[in-house]
Amino acid sequence: MAKFFTKEHEWVEMDGAQAIVGISEHAAHELGDITFVELPKIGKSVKQFDTLAGIESVKAASDIYAPVSGKVVQVNDKLEDAPELVNQGAESEGWICRLEGVDASELAALLDAAAYAKYLEGL
Amino acid sequence: MGYCPNTPDEIREMLAVIGAGSIEELFAPIPAELRAKSFDLPPGMSEFELMRIMREKAAAGGAEIVPFIGCGIYDHIIPAAVDHLSSRAEFYTAYTPYQPECSQGTLQALFEYQSAICRLTGMEASNASLYDGGTAVAEAALMSLRITERNRVILDASVNPLHREIVTGYLHGLSAEAVEVAPDGCSSDLKSLIDSIDEETAAVIVQNPNFFGSVQDFSELASKAHEKGALLIVSSYPIALGLVASPGETGADIAVGDGQSLGNALSFGGPYFGFIATRKRFIRNLPGRIVGETIDNQGRRGYVLTLQAREQHIKRHKATSNICSNQSLCALRGLIFCASLGRKGFEELAVLNYDKAQYAKSCLTSLKGVTLMNTGTTFNEFTLSLPMDAAPVVEKLLASGVAAGVPLGQYYPGLDEALVVTVTEKRSRAEIDRLAALLEEALCS
Repeated sequence: MAKFFTKEHEWVEMDGAQAIVGISEHAAHELGDITFVELPKIGKSVKQFDTLAGIESVKAASDIYAPVSGKVVQVNDKLEDAPELVNQGAESEGWICRLEGVDASELAALLDAAAYAKYLEGL
Repeated sequence: MGYCPNTPDEIREMLAVIGAGSIEELFAPIPAELRAKSFDLPPGMSEFELMRIMREKAAAGGAEIVPFIGCGIYDHIIPAAVDHLSSRAEFYTAYTPYQPECSQGTLQALFEYQSAICRLTGMEASNASLYDGGTAVAEAALMSLRITERNRVILDASVNPLHREIVTGYLHGLSAEAVEVAPDGCSSDLKSLIDSIDEETAAVIVQNPNFFGSVQDFSELASKAHEKGALLIVSSYPIALGLVASPGETGADIAVGDGQSLGNALSFGGPYFGFIATRKRFIRNLPGRIVGETIDNQGRRGYVLTLQAREQHIKRHKATSNICSNQSLCALRGLIFCASLGRKGFEELAVLNYDKAQYAKSCLTSLKGVTLMNTGTTFNEFTLSLPMDAAPVVEKLLASGVAAGVPLGQYYPGLDEALVVTVTEKRSRAEIDRLAALLEEALCS
């Protein structure tokens, strides 16, 4: 499965019926040293582009928006004690949470990797 | 920068730049009914005139009245070290310690203050203080809404009525509500409090000792609240914590209170400071400033304002709280007070308060028609039932230079004959005996 990106720099990747969500390498780099990830509560339901979680770095505090609608079924607990994992691998071990009940048609509103790379060039 | 007000020339210059003809015109968009009518202040005066007025006020007799008043603010000893150290210019004129490299003294003092509050309350994390006790209770209520993502707090009606009003005011306009639970006589109605906890309850708010002076064990309430996913907020009177089990020991999640009794003078009602402390896992939901200890790049210990992402200057409208200030100097006085007494001294002070209040209790309840309304333990204040309305009795005793206590009728309809009497370590046996004699006289006449 491929990753899809939002213009707010989140990524989503389908894993069977579940969606894995995180922030992009670009976003992690822009934030600088990440000090805290405010993980969503398990069971929380979100609509596409609503606030899903929060992230803080030595420079700023930002919201993380849901790239797709769904219900939180798992969070990356490792980030509680090691938020720097997001800096080390924002698009791999630094994932934020998994959503279920996702409508894959919502992915059409997002950018694929190539379109996102192009979008970044224009920033 | 100089701390000078704007000169008329500067005001004219600024108005010209923005294109307003006058100050009046600048504020024109604010509807007349929302603008201050008058601040009701006399015109300015010289230092000499001001000093004379202040001396007259000080000599006007208020200072000579012997107070048996408590209900949230208390007449306690203040060691000389408190005034002396807190008036050092390094503390007295310090600005917000946002630049740690030039604020180490202020930051360390606040860090020590936080440590003292954590010790007192049995909690793991404290902020650098809030405005006052009422604000602290309200901020704790908001904290519970954030932590639990629920929208109802249960407010024990034996919590200070002024504090309850502040909580209600804070919740007004949010999609949250405060539900009050009536006390059972002078005690919190634990059964009703437990029964009112449901899936929408963010927190239960109690006070120990409560407004009537009763001390209770809230351990069961804590565990029942936790079973339903709600928090327990306990408001404490810090001096009582020398004897009474701390909020932390009873399983509370947030401890709050007014710090006035820790080294701050009554001074007509303020300024005081509020304290708020919590469990470590909730630290990111604490409002206001938090000082942390760290090391610099050479391994030397230093202090900084930490977790600032919660605050307005970083998170703007998404900040944890609107509070962006604290009561540093009053909190510093609180710290110096605690440090002057030490753990043992603090306990002795609490025992002294308790003992003197017990003596007063026995004197006053021996009077004809006077009964004690508290059924359980009290600390240094208790509620009496008089054979007549309490307010006129208090008025009568004031004329003899004694403030007998706080009549409860103004706060609790139907309790016109109830009087809360407070006895601190400053009250002598002779003063207590005189209160009893005067009260007896007033009740017989």
